[in-house]
Amino acid sequence: MRVALMVTCINDAMFPDAGKAVVRLLHRLGVDVEFPAAQTCCGQPMVNTGYLDEAVPLLRTFVDAFEGYDAVVAPSGSCAGSVRHQHAAVARRSGDPGLVAAAERISPTVYELSEFLVDVLGVEDVGAFFPHTVTYHPTCHSLRMLGVGDRPTRLLRAVHGLRLLDLPAADQCCGFGGTFAVKNADTSVAMGADKARHVRETGAEVLVAGDSSCLMHIGGLLSRQRSGVRVMHLAEVLAATEAAA
Amino acid sequence: MSATFVGMPAFPVAAREALANSQQRRNLAHATSTIRAKRAAVVAEVDDWEQLRLAGAAIKDNTLLHLDEQLLRLEESLTARGATVHWARDAAEACAVVAEVARGHGVDEVVKVKSMATVEIGLNDALAAEGIAAWETDLAELIVQLGDDLPSHILVPAIHRNRAEIREIFLRHMAEAGRPAPADLTDEPARLAEAARLHLREKFLRAKVAVSGANFAVADSGTLVVVESEGNGRMCLTLPEVLVSVVGIEKVVPTWADLDVFLQLLPRSSTGERMNPYTSTWAGVTPGDGPQEVHVVLLDNGRTRALADEVGRQALRCIRCSACLNVCPVYERTGGHAYGSVYPGPIGAILNPLLKGVGVDAQTDSLPYASSLCGACFEACPVRIDIPSVLVDLRAQVVDAHRPSAKPEALAMRAAAAAFGSGARLGALERLSGLAGRLLGSRGRTAPGGRRLLGRVPGPGAAWTDTRDLPRPPAESFRAWWSRTGGRDE
Repeated sequence: MRVALMVTCINDAMFPDAGKAVVRLLHRLGVDVEFPAAQTCCGQPMVNTGYLDEAVPLLRTFVDAFEGYDAVVAPSGSCAGSVRHQHAAVARRSGDPGLVAAAERISPTVYELSEFLVDVLGVEDVGAFFPHTVTYHPTCHSLRMLGVGDRPTRLLRAVHGLRLLDLPAADQCCGFGGTFAVKNADTSVAMGADKARHVRETGAEVLVAGDSSCLMHIGGLLSRQRSGVRVMHLAEVLAATEAAA
Repeated sequence: MSATFVGMPAFPVAAREALANSQQRRNLAHATSTIRAKRAAVVAEVDDWEQLRLAGAAIKDNTLLHLDEQLLRLEESLTARGATVHWARDAAEACAVVAEVARGHGVDEVVKVKSMATVEIGLNDALAAEGIAAWETDLAELIVQLGDDLPSHILVPAIHRNRAEIREIFLRHMAEAGRPAPADLTDEPARLAEAARLHLREKFLRAKVAVSGANFAVADSGTLVVVESEGNGRMCLTLPEVLVSVVGIEKVVPTWADLDVFLQLLPRSSTGERMNPYTSTWAGVTPGDGPQEVHVVLLDNGRTRALADEVGRQALRCIRCSACLNVCPVYERTGGHAYGSVYPGPIGAILNPLLKGVGVDAQTDSLPYASSLCGACFEACPVRIDIPSVLVDLRAQVVDAHRPSAKPEALAMRAAAAAFGSGARLGALERLSGLAGRLLGSRGRTAPGGRRLLGRVPGPGAAWTDTRDLPRPPAESFRAWWSRTGGRDE
């Protein structure tokens, strides 16, 4: 099985540790993951802001990078969701039947990390060790667009030493929403403040989620509040081992 | 009602004002969380809820596909049952029909059943201009009307008010509209309802002309349906001699049997009840029983424009249940007024641009962006309107309507698209951003986990860093790490 890592632009540029964690985790599970260096961004920031024309060249780059793999793993529910639910519309916009066909071929091979681990590799206990109290925020696109369900929490519950605490109103959006976070900053922060409050209520040391973008927003608020709560990508927790600790 | 949505600022500005109203935020958080829990409980009891949603969507889609035939059939059935059918292209034509009927009967007042279509067309103001008072009889609409306020919710237009505020409105303003509120009125719900009942009863018994909307219009039987909770609607539908109903053309369903699906979907989705207390149905005129003169105004007012929109036309399935408002995290915090329309919340964010068209005014163009695209609305919608997808499509229409644009956002998007043009280019820029991050300085503290935090970012980025910390860009990007190590160094 040829597996590619779609690291996502935000992890590449801002949160490389999440990408490194996926690599370490997959290596440990015996997957020889490749990183196609041609990849850049799935185009979601453009699509969700209304700039479809600007997303077309990004789709071409995406197709060039990920054509031919059996599976593409993305540590992001949002970016995997964009590929599976929005690339068809971007491809149609291009008017290029070749691009439409390529997008159709590749979209179903793209998995969010927890989907890949549970559905493709068939593992729940990934052999991780993380002796901390953790609460988990199910990001909207992983929850509602992809329907990952309880896969991430099944993976977390199997982590040795980890104590998982329920997050109140977990399924409520954190308010990130891509450019929404800047275009409607006041509303975004009002939503994020409630999320941060619920996180603090749990008393957890670490907030875990499957999207660095949402974590950047909630973590930005938690940090500004001097809450002491650390945010970590799901991949970082799953990659942690006793040796590393 | 002299309060108006006309001239409202764009959503981000209106939202900022609304967010500062802490009383309203508490009222909304309490009301929406209560109704969310009720809805979730009654929806969970229905084993075939998903099948009902699919059936509701399919019936509406089929009807919209043959809307012309269905509407002619409705007109034929209504006419055969003794109703007079009027066709209105827009708000002005619809208001003129209602005014003419009222004038024809020499009345200076009408009583109203709660109706979104009549608020949409600004009927009360149009009638007032003709010297005709239009009395709202739905309790929440009455609160809004007496308070010279604007509705902020489809189902519960006064959701932004608490009972202390309602007592105040009744005490101050009921006398201007008829029977005053008792001087010793408290804010107990039963006492407030009693004051409204006494006030409204006089109007019900006096009115000669009533105005309503309709939740459904059955083409093959000519039946109009009004679904309500209070019974005040039924008072209006049965007591006056003349009834005018303003009905959006998307309200038509082909057969009586189709109501089976919608009368299950609607109450559970809207009020969180298994069944609503009052369902009134009538077909034209029944001699000796109820109104003896019945008019139906079939209203377009942008609906055919929405129908022509390939992605957006699914919005015409909407049965105005408000489930999307109640689950929306944006609506819960900003309330309905920020949307600047009688249709607020997620459905309003798509319906207003679809009905009015984009690229015309900044307020309407701001609505498709009034969402974090979390998808809670789609999940709750009883007729499966994929609101997030319609929002994204409308955003593209807004951007396309303003191309070519030199707005900072457009320039930023073009710059970002260029940066993402190739992996090599992105890698070079990441090296620069690592450098820039160091140049921008830091906050002198770190995030838990040890990342250093960026200082204040100038320009539009300040909208982020003014309220949220941001880590400094890393010294080494992921791709740089991979190219250095091949992913095998740790």
